[in-house]
Amino acid sequence: MLKELLEIYLVFFKMGSVTFGGGYAMLPILRREIVERRGWLDEEKVMDFFAVSQCLPGIIASNVSVFIGYQRRKTPGAIAAALGVVTPSIIIITLIAALMQNFQNEPMVQHAFKAISICVCALILQAVISMWKKGVKDWVGIGLFAVVFALSVFTRVSPVWLVVVSALIGIAVKKAEEK
Amino acid sequence: MIYLHLAWEFLQIGLFAVGGGMATLPFLQRLGERTGWFNEKFITDMIAISESTPGPIGINMATYVGYNTAGILGGVVATLAEILPSVIIVVLVSKSLERFSESKYVAYTFYGLRPAVTGLIAAAVLAVFRAAVLNTALFRQTGAFSDLISLKYILFFAVIFAAIRKFKKSPILYIAISAVVGIVMKF
Repeated sequence: MLKELLEIYLVFFKMGSVTFGGGYAMLPILRREIVERRGWLDEEKVMDFFAVSQCLPGIIASNVSVFIGYQRRKTPGAIAAALGVVTPSIIIITLIAALMQNFQNEPMVQHAFKAISICVCALILQAVISMWKKGVKDWVGIGLFAVVFALSVFTRVSPVWLVVVSALIGIAVKKAEEK
Repeated sequence: MIYLHLAWEFLQIGLFAVGGGMATLPFLQRLGERTGWFNEKFITDMIAISESTPGPIGINMATYVGYNTAGILGGVVATLAEILPSVIIVVLVSKSLERFSESKYVAYTFYGLRPAVTGLIAAAVLAVFRAAVLNTALFRQTGAFSDLISLKYILFFAVIFAAIRKFKKSPILYIAISAVVGIVMKF
């Protein structure tokens, strides 16, 4: 049992340390490790987990890991997978953040990060555009987008409320359409 | 106590940020405004580092904020707190996966949620744009519009955005190119 949990931990440790960016970046590595090399699950099951993980709160990568860990060894497996996938981040980011504190006043570092910050802005703008294409389908969607955008720019209302109320509005509109 | 405070904040982010790592960004921005733990410049550094190092971006951002707020233990606490809701929810859903994925209420919820999350992140982009591309800090001091708008920054933004849309390469490549451009052109 312990040996298996350690194996789950290590598989997801590896996954965390080779994933760059967000959830989908993980998919090819996941397929190779879980489906091809270990035969823990078939491809369809992995795709199902990915699809459902996007519909749940939290980081997609950790959701997928917990699904697979649970499938292997119930709750202890789920915890081992979650801890495995975050450990590389904790180690690497801690080291880099510590380095940043020492070097951030160097002019070269400042010039580099100024340009990088402009690039980051362009990258997340692109992310918003692809989210818009996937998620905003009709006038209700456009209206929700506009209201949430305006409220977050001009007021200090918490994103928690905007998320909860929008979900409820979505349900109410769809329920009304049913009738 | 700072660790408890961090844990509480990141538990909420893990519970309410739906749609992956980037969806935590608006929550982190609001957290910085409310607590004064970090500012807009910190946010762009955080995204840049989290995108260009191994590990899922949402988890990297949690560790980065936690470390800078309360040291090594802070990074560990923030990260674990952020994934705790995910562990609990996924374990519960695993027990009844079929019923969950076929439930029409899940689809209904997402009908309203997706546009809202897009709106939240779009607002985050605007805040990042003000901090990164426009020179709002200098503008507030001098009040001169020529200080607000830097042609160099806006031009670079337009070029890099066009490149991202056209070539669809890994973000790491664009970040690396930007670092070089920034050093050579003294941004």
